[in-house]
Amino acid sequence: MTLHPRNPEISHGTATPDQPLLKVEGLTKRYGPRIGCLDVSFDLYPGEVLGIVGESGSGKSTLLSCLAGHQRADLGRIAYDGRDVLAMSETERRRLGRTDWAYVHQNPRDGLRMGVSAGGNVGERLMAVGARHYGDIRGKAADWLGRVEIAGDRIDDRPSAFSGGMQQRLQIARNLVTSPRLVFMDEPTGGLDVSVQARLLDLLRGLVRDLGLSVIIVTHDLAVVRLLAHRLMVMKSGRVVEQGLTDQVLDDPQHAYTQLLVSSVLQV
Amino acid sequence: MTDQAYNFAYLDEQTKRMIRRAILKGIAVPGYQVPFASREMPMPYGWGTGGVQVTAACLVPEDLLKVIDQGADDTTNAVSIRKFFQRTAGVATTEATAEATVIQTRHRIPEVPLTEGQILVYQVPIPEPLRFLEPRETETRKMHELEEYGLMHVKLYEDIARHGEIATSYAYPVKVEGRYVMDPSPIPKFDNPKLGQSPAIQLFGAGREQRIYALPPYSDVVSLDFDDHPFQASKAPHDCDLCGAKDSYLDEVITDDAGGRMFVCSDTDFCAGRRAEGHVGRLGEPV
Repeated sequence: MTLHPRNPEISHGTATPDQPLLKVEGLTKRYGPRIGCLDVSFDLYPGEVLGIVGESGSGKSTLLSCLAGHQRADLGRIAYDGRDVLAMSETERRRLGRTDWAYVHQNPRDGLRMGVSAGGNVGERLMAVGARHYGDIRGKAADWLGRVEIAGDRIDDRPSAFSGGMQQRLQIARNLVTSPRLVFMDEPTGGLDVSVQARLLDLLRGLVRDLGLSVIIVTHDLAVVRLLAHRLMVMKSGRVVEQGLTDQVLDDPQHAYTQLLVSSVLQV
Repeated sequence: MTDQAYNFAYLDEQTKRMIRRAILKGIAVPGYQVPFASREMPMPYGWGTGGVQVTAACLVPEDLLKVIDQGADDTTNAVSIRKFFQRTAGVATTEATAEATVIQTRHRIPEVPLTEGQILVYQVPIPEPLRFLEPRETETRKMHELEEYGLMHVKLYEDIARHGEIATSYAYPVKVEGRYVMDPSPIPKFDNPKLGQSPAIQLFGAGREQRIYALPPYSDVVSLDFDDHPFQASKAPHDCDLCGAKDSYLDEVITDDAGGRMFVCSDTDFCAGRRAEGHVGRLGEPV
């Protein structure tokens, strides 16, 4: 993997390394009487990777979909680059969703168009923001397939002809082609076997570092956050029970649930 | 006997009123698909039930009606719909494009330029241009609302990636007045340039899908394309074998089992008119 300098086209807005790119305060989502997530607050700085871990039903996916605007939060504030996300019009939010933001689904079938070729999948976001030159679109798609280690001669194949790992890499290429600044990932390595997982993690780590991406990654796999995340948030029953630097949380867990979580990992 | 039991042009006045409202809304918002309460018609879906309802709502007793199917006046669909309105509305019919006041068409725009005061009614099978790319109706409506039409270009991209050129040859998507992307019904893309700046009113009716949309006279209509693969109106590279026309849309007709074929104008009225003027094609005989 060669080093790619940060894309100069990215507008840096008002966020600087000293100012958070995403500022979340008191975010709450209820499903009727049940709690989705309760009073979640955190700051995410440019270039930072935040891991969210917790067991099934702990509210981590709810939190992620509220942050990405797929669901509407009941209470709280989300400020992205100084702009209030919850007060934005839907047009603005969806535009943000296909330019500055990216969302990597756990199941690549949710994030890809299975009936459209790999090149078309990668090119879609470009065309959605107004690219109208076929040669340029195809060139960029080929470049991005190369970056996620998909052979160039597969550009006209449909994702249904790809393996699970390739589909996931294709989904990542499709998301990163418009040079987003903030990437949401929901269990990006779920459902992949360990060797493919390792390769994907390696690739993600390289891309995150080279492109200076800010990432929020939801997973139940502690190894994934150990490798990728700078900071860690542990959730249980919709609440954040512990947060801190990844190594600190994993090596010296304070909360009883975090201790259970860390000790549940099989040591091979 | 039973013909007299029906209201003028088959539909009752309240239904026509409802359809006229949808038509007016469609004209007010060019290219926008207006839902309407499509009625069951005495013909199967796919035979032009949407077009027939729009025509019924537009007809007045003084109208001169022309009905074409793939350009021809004498094919099954055209004959049966013309007969339907002769019986239920008693309006006069014609085959001459220039004389007609209302023209119902399936899959063609007549070659003779339309004029002010004429209404062209299209039969539409699937009004949603994004349908085969995005199966969810809720999502396509949202895409129209927010003008998210990138997906339409994904389809054209796929065409070029697979065939080396934009292979979509009919139902070619257009953008109307810089706003809505519209399916012009399955007309050949040869006809697309005639959609824009037309002096006639163009109405589109989809019976099964319960949608009406419209192009008011002199609308801007742009066929979607890429900068390096511009839109091209294409036709068979031949002249009409009957009338010798070089610039009309052609049908290919197989004439024997030995590979014999001829190309004839798909617009029968246009072809007959030219032959009456003395034009003779490769296989034609002077009339």
